[in-house]
Amino acid sequence: MSNLEKYNEAFITTFEIGADQLEGLQYQDIPEWDSVGHMTLIAAMEDTFDIIMDTEDIIDFSSYEKGKEILSKDNYGVSF
Amino acid sequence: MTFEELFLLPTYSMAQPEKEKILTRRLNTLTEFHRMNCPEYSKILECFDVPAEPMQDYRMLPFLPVRLFKELSLKSVPDDAVVKTVTSSGTSGQSVSRIFLDRVTSANQQRAMVRIVSDFIGTGRMPMIVIDCPGVVKDRNMFSARGAGILGFSIFGAKRMFALDDKMRLNVDELRDFLSCFHGQRILLFGFTFMVWQHFYRELLRLREQGIVFDLSDGVLIHGGGWKKLAADAVTSDVFKNSLREVCGLEQIHDYYGMAEQTGCIYMECEFGHLHASIFSDVIARRPLDFSECAIGEPGILQVMSSIPESYPGHNLLTEDEGVVLGVDDCPCGRKGKYFKVLGRLKDAEIRGCSDTYAERFKD
Repeated sequence: MSNLEKYNEAFITTFEIGADQLEGLQYQDIPEWDSVGHMTLIAAMEDTFDIIMDTEDIIDFSSYEKGKEILSKDNYGVSF
Repeated sequence: MTFEELFLLPTYSMAQPEKEKILTRRLNTLTEFHRMNCPEYSKILECFDVPAEPMQDYRMLPFLPVRLFKELSLKSVPDDAVVKTVTSSGTSGQSVSRIFLDRVTSANQQRAMVRIVSDFIGTGRMPMIVIDCPGVVKDRNMFSARGAGILGFSIFGAKRMFALDDKMRLNVDELRDFLSCFHGQRILLFGFTFMVWQHFYRELLRLREQGIVFDLSDGVLIHGGGWKKLAADAVTSDVFKNSLREVCGLEQIHDYYGMAEQTGCIYMECEFGHLHASIFSDVIARRPLDFSECAIGEPGILQVMSSIPESYPGHNLLTEDEGVVLGVDDCPCGRKGKYFKVLGRLKDAEIRGCSDTYAERFKD
């Protein structure tokens, strides 16, 4: 699986949504992505990519697109 | 300086006079914003003839009794902007406060809280033990203050376990596995004061008699939610700390003071036992007879101000807690701003706080 596929899979399993819903998806857009769901998503990302994210990045992880940007940073080094 | 810039500054390094200027400006803005956007708030200000012009000093700004959030649904945003409603803790039959959060306020609460707590435990995330049951975070639409507190602190947990089951019994085996899995690492423990004492400390004490000992000398415990029951049982802050150190080696322990009506802006206890106001908020102790400001060292009713609330008019509140401002800018821990102590609830005030409301069930 490519990194993008893994990234998408984390969203899809955490929120039980379809791949067609990912683009443009933002925090609080769907009931599943609330503050509880957010921490579940972060845990899924950390397990998937074997990283530990900084608190500031967890707060900034506010959309599907923003998340990719954050994980691409040097300290996590996930390339999409 | 804009409000947004507060997040870039060190949380406890600004001296009080400069901080008051910034807070005064922000609180003036919030007072006007809520006057324009919350009809009930506007009527209250009108009744008390609060002038529309900005005040020179934040001490002069109007404050609401915290109890009002139980009686009224106060919000300054349209219904469809509310993403989360937090309710305060209450004993059964007691009415609870309802706090309406939109995206901006909810995010700023979390950001402020991270800035505040990081100053005491660092920015790194660590394995986390929640001394509570998983049940309290289950209902996602209606958050109790207890669930919101756990969730807020969970951002510091890289792996998280709940130490208690839904019957509030200690998960001894799971705890042992968790600790051996993260042996040698710093561990964050979080819980409400009474739960930590009743369901964790006392259980560890009992287990020790059976020869089962846990080593938490690498741990840091953050706890809050009120002392009422423990104070009645003569468990002071010192007894609490010494007992935990003695039973499991826990050295670093921080109490905090905060409330659902101003989530995020918590007041953390430093290594000298003082609660500190961060750059995001402040406290004033007021005399009960005329609400004038108490001198340093003089006990009074605590007023709390927060720069965060935009979706509800909770930026300036009179609590039902008695407290005393101990000093300004000169705590030996080096943090600037006011530091204080909470003495307890005012006489005849309702019981509240995540720890105290729960402890009511254990009344003799």
